Amino acid sequence: MAAFGSFSLLIALALATYNLLAGALALRLVATGQPSRIAPERLADTARRAGIAGFLAVSGAAFALVWAAFTNDFSIAYITEHSNIALPGPYKFAALWSGQEGSLLLWAWLLAAYGFVLRLRHKTDVKLFAYAGTILASVQVFFLLLLNFAAPPFSLLKGAIPADGNGLNPLLQYPEMVIHPPMLYLGYVGFTVPFAFALGALIMRYPGEKWIKVTRTWTMVTWLFLTCGIFLGMHWAYAVLGWGGYWGWDPVENASFMPWLTGTAFLHSVMMQEKKGMMKSWNVWLIFSTFLLTLLGTTLTRGGLVSSVHAFAQSPIGNWFLIFMGIVLAVCIFVYILQRSHLQSERQLESLVSRESSFLFNNLVLLTACFVILWGTLFPIISEYVQGSKVTVGAPFYNRVAVPIGLFLLFLTGVGPLLPWRATSLRSIRRNFIPPVVALWITVFVCLAVGVRPWVNGSFDSGHFYALVAFALSAAVFTAVVSEFVRGALVIARQTGRNLFTATWLLTRRNTRRYGGYIVHIGVVIVVVGLAGSAFNISHEQELDLHSKLAIGPYVLECVGFTQDSNLNYDSEYAVLNVSEHGKPEFQITPERRVYLVSGQPQTMVSIHSNPGWDLYVVYEGANPDTGRPIIKAFLNPLVGWIWAGLFIMVIGTFVALAPALSPATAAVRMPVAAVASEAALKGGD
Amino acid sequence: MAATARLPFWIKSAEALVLALAMCFSMGASNSSSRFYSLNHKLMCTCGCAELLGECNHVGCTESTRENSELSAALAAGETDQQILAAFSAKYGATVLAAPPTHGFDLVAWIAPFAVFAAALLGTILLVRRWAGIACGKEQAAIPADLSTLAPDERERLERIRRETGANGGF
Repeated sequence: MAAFGSFSLLIALALATYNLLAGALALRLVATGQPSRIAPERLADTARRAGIAGFLAVSGAAFALVWAAFTNDFSIAYITEHSNIALPGPYKFAALWSGQEGSLLLWAWLLAAYGFVLRLRHKTDVKLFAYAGTILASVQVFFLLLLNFAAPPFSLLKGAIPADGNGLNPLLQYPEMVIHPPMLYLGYVGFTVPFAFALGALIMRYPGEKWIKVTRTWTMVTWLFLTCGIFLGMHWAYAVLGWGGYWGWDPVENASFMPWLTGTAFLHSVMMQEKKGMMKSWNVWLIFSTFLLTLLGTTLTRGGLVSSVHAFAQSPIGNWFLIFMGIVLAVCIFVYILQRSHLQSERQLESLVSRESSFLFNNLVLLTACFVILWGTLFPIISEYVQGSKVTVGAPFYNRVAVPIGLFLLFLTGVGPLLPWRATSLRSIRRNFIPPVVALWITVFVCLAVGVRPWVNGSFDSGHFYALVAFALSAAVFTAVVSEFVRGALVIARQTGRNLFTATWLLTRRNTRRYGGYIVHIGVVIVVVGLAGSAFNISHEQELDLHSKLAIGPYVLECVGFTQDSNLNYDSEYAVLNVSEHGKPEFQITPERRVYLVSGQPQTMVSIHSNPGWDLYVVYEGANPDTGRPIIKAFLNPLVGWIWAGLFIMVIGTFVALAPALSPATAAVRMPVAAVASEAALKGGD
Repeated sequence: MAATARLPFWIKSAEALVLALAMCFSMGASNSSSRFYSLNHKLMCTCGCAELLGECNHVGCTESTRENSELSAALAAGETDQQILAAFSAKYGATVLAAPPTHGFDLVAWIAPFAVFAAALLGTILLVRRWAGIACGKEQAAIPADLSTLAPDERERLERIRRETGANGGF
């Protein structure tokens, strides 16, 4: 299988190189009109077919690695390092991306898969797709060069073949790890597609904004994958790492968040280009930056430049990424300078207070947030270079710097939809802003009344203060978005005589993109509420004997037993805890601690009991080496469930935005002039 | 007129906000348990787990146990937060602090994000105002062609409106 895999990768490299060279030659011939022995269209088509065949070749290599894991082929070094006989099937599949070489293979395979779909859909716009396909091929060549020469996944083990492998990292032996990395990679890799379209459209001076419409679905799907990947990673960290949190501002987490921020900025500002023909250069650079950030994150963590709990060992592939990034950046700058006259805005902003400027400010804040995270990630390197000693840039830095910026972004999320395109009047602002502002103040006073106050034990607490601001802004944004739905639905209800619910449904279907976006904003608000809840986390650690108790919040945990279990993969010991709430017995939880047999590494399996108000999060930390008594750490984490619920709503919103809008009925209907105007307003913008 | 009538509500709201904030900031000093929690979330565990000291959950982690003991002892000795952080930094190196110090070169870490944000914000506002001015100028440039079709009294009325509303209009 190793030979088959290696051979597949070589063939894939040859096909991708042909795709790149033949595609570039064909496009050059078309652009210059030079005569040639073979028609450029035919040459371009052979390049496209080579790209399709390349997908099959990379699929063959990925299949070979998974097959090797399932058949315990320990002659392959990668399988020895990342799998073992007793590893359950799904985790053997996950071994594909659990190490450096395998994850690069996954990257190449996903890129080939995106390219496969793109090349099959080439009839949408043959020339533009040919450009995009050729640019994708150039990225594919880079990854296949890495896989063939720098980080080959099918390297054979030197010396005797061991009877068993080292096993998968225990941290990765969790169901979410089977879907989190592929989701994240689908997001990372997916941004190559809009990048390829943007660069291709710029090179060919593509007329109009059609390329944006073509890539919109790609961008949104990619953004959705990245969003899901990030949230799944958060949930994995929450459920596995056992420290009670879900986001630690680790460089790898930051690396995934940065392209998400620029991608989100692009999704917003691209509407300005579609609607108004504005911000063309900005959008091109946003998508270039997003692609470069996906590479930068990989460079930082795989090159060993920054330390991370996720980082692979320091390896020379970081240099490969640096060189590739340099080439990409140089190409982007060159093409931009050459073709910048094509990116002249057709219109200008007319007012500081308008939908357009809100998009601009939204972009500004998203990019500032991206800069803050990049700055925080790189500062230890900068500090070491300047001062000769490293510093740590951890959660306290980001909480103090990024949280206020995030809250400002939340504020803009509420303000943007309330502003009309072009310009607005003070009266209109006042009318639209009254409900959100009232909601904001009601929330502030309710929060203060129920005890959500920005001080703890008599001293100001920035965490509680930010939480209060977040709750208040969330209420305002939620009200702003809901009032947008209600305002539109009332118009439709008046016109059609339907009830408000049906009218809302019809409204959403008539402009799926706009109202899907609003649903995503509601999801974001729900997520923010969940994140703000972390300011009120409490925890308690205690050594528990049999029948001793631990109290936290409304719960009392009574230890009724400790037991052990064993299987081929790990030994486990866990505590059996009866939980009563307000003195009434409610449920039983069993936090667990495993020791994996092959690696000897311990791993906690957290027990979580969720309700909409909070999570009871219990960790069995093991026995105290001094006393021999088991240590239980319990957390009461308010509103965590809202984060996952918010993600669910964001996913629904994105699907709604992706759905085609309902075409209005073509039957002639007499409508009063006012109704026609309101109908136009409803359909008008995003 | 309706807007003017509502104005006191906004003023009262602003007053309430100022009062609420003043209350928040004027509260007294913290107790030692909250200081312990606050400080062990400003320090890193030195065992290599890359966790905050207050969040290291490794059973038998001798580093976090020792650091927490030292922190408790320092608090009991009545040291200030700054003294405690400085002592930890001197003993374990600057990497024990979970965030860069706010002096020397490391101050740049704190200033740069806000400086960039302020510069970008200012730049954006200036850019939008400039664009708005260009757009307004284009509209005004288009007017003279039409002026010729206006009657003298209409032209005079237009000039008066311009004078009263300012040359650049506004929003």
